[in-house]
Amino acid sequence: MKIPIYMDYHATTPVDPRVLEAMLPYFQGDFGNAASKSHPFGWRAEEAVEAGREQVAKLIGASSKEIVWTSGATESDNLAIKGAAHFYKDKGRHLVTARNEHKAVLDSMHALEREGYEVTFLDVEKDGRVDPAKVKAALRPDTILVSIMHANNEVGVLNPVEEIGAITRQAGVLFHCDAVQSIGKVPFDVERANADLVSISAHKMYGPKGVGALYVRRKPRVRLVALIDGGGHERGHRSGTLNVPGIVGMGKAAELCRLELAEEAERVTRLREKLRRGLEQHLDLITVNGSLEHRLPGNLNVSFAYVEGEALMMAIKDVAVSSGSACTSASLEPSYVLKAMGVTDDLAHSSIRFGLGRFTTEEEVDYTIDLVTRKVTRLREMSPLYEMVKAGVDIHQIEWANPH
Amino acid sequence: MSYSEKLIDHYENPRNVGSMDAKDETVGTGLVGAPACGDVMKLQIRVSAEGVIEDAKFKTFGCGSAIASSSLVTEWVKGKTVDEALSIKNTDVASELNLPPVKIHCSVLAEDAIKAAIADYQKKRGLAPTVKADTIKGDRQQLIAQGAIKAGI
Repeated sequence: MKIPIYMDYHATTPVDPRVLEAMLPYFQGDFGNAASKSHPFGWRAEEAVEAGREQVAKLIGASSKEIVWTSGATESDNLAIKGAAHFYKDKGRHLVTARNEHKAVLDSMHALEREGYEVTFLDVEKDGRVDPAKVKAALRPDTILVSIMHANNEVGVLNPVEEIGAITRQAGVLFHCDAVQSIGKVPFDVERANADLVSISAHKMYGPKGVGALYVRRKPRVRLVALIDGGGHERGHRSGTLNVPGIVGMGKAAELCRLELAEEAERVTRLREKLRRGLEQHLDLITVNGSLEHRLPGNLNVSFAYVEGEALMMAIKDVAVSSGSACTSASLEPSYVLKAMGVTDDLAHSSIRFGLGRFTTEEEVDYTIDLVTRKVTRLREMSPLYEMVKAGVDIHQIEWANPH
Repeated sequence: MSYSEKLIDHYENPRNVGSMDAKDETVGTGLVGAPACGDVMKLQIRVSAEGVIEDAKFKTFGCGSAIASSSLVTEWVKGKTVDEALSIKNTDVASELNLPPVKIHCSVLAEDAIKAAIADYQKKRGLAPTVKADTIKGDRQQLIAQGAIKAGI
């Protein structure tokens, strides 16, 4: 077993060796520009790009003509939201999203607000899901787009996208879905979800960094104003020389996910459940944040009450994880995703996100259970709050002063 | 976040972790911070008849910097008189541990914990408080009376 152990698969994933192998020829031998129409170097690059497009489309039940290459999911989110808002501005200037969306969505929405658009930010339920009824209630005659993610990046909770898509389709409103975390991990089909725009990232599914895609529905046709102007690549949606090796890698990654999804989801879920049960067996006062039923296979977001998240991460430095504690950010505010679900600030400060994936082993999970158990126990021994709670004090009754 | 070696040492090998009997007349207890803010420090001192801090213990809920800051001040206050201990400033803690800017509040909390512990001790002994500990709302002895905090911790 190699130390440190990687358990942060939501942040990024390693490139699958099979993906890397597929990419390598396109750095040197087949290095052509896919836009060069006059020689075999260009033709071969274009062929590879189109094969990748087909592979990505197939994973989500789309047609390859509906895939637009981007630099990654942040760009995809920006292009979907700003591009649609700008194109359909005469139809309306109202958009709907949720408070626990990724910053790439929220900040795109804030940028539109500064341009005079109106945005409704929906509250999420205690289990982290968006209630489709709330989406429906938020729609107005001037609503042009709803952006709701499939799986949340912190708690891994899956939204009822098919129900949301049915509502938006019926209302004639565009549905953008940031499916970065879920694609390749759980089934996602653009037809079943009635999605019009879908953001996808390669590096979250064992492909390379720096490449992503935006699904743009053709029937009925969705139109966008491009963010990046230039040579008119990607049918005018996104100019710029295509990242051929990246695209080949993303295509291969998508193909592997499609072929291995069922087996991998089952295996990763089993490991995640082993981790959860192991921690629950050895430690008291721990809470899983978000729905366990509607959840990505590899996600476990847990609050270890009375232990601060960053201190715990320092203590378990052999295992790479992330935390919703404010101490991991410059803002001193704990995770807005957890807060949106109604998780109290003290428990948000105590949260750890474990992300398991393709290369996680049983041995690594065993090691993690043991290490986390020992370190949480040690930190609780030095926690005044744990001491008070064990002595029967209700810490929520204390009128704490705010030191900040 | 990259931390100094001193900070990591105090975090990994914290000095003087533990609790004293808060009912003891010679013990002063400071409890500062708030769970919602992600840091709570409890600092306790045992003061001799001559006004010298003979022993100090802490328990901290907080990040690595908060734990290291409290560990450091327990070392610093030991052997000092109450007045000497009150001269410890958060900036001394921050520079000793080379705290990054976003962690300065941890050192502020450590300074506050010293003041609160001393104020608690002085109040118990009927001495005039040198510094009013204003970081925890309400009175510690009053909180114990109300049952909000157990006297023994």
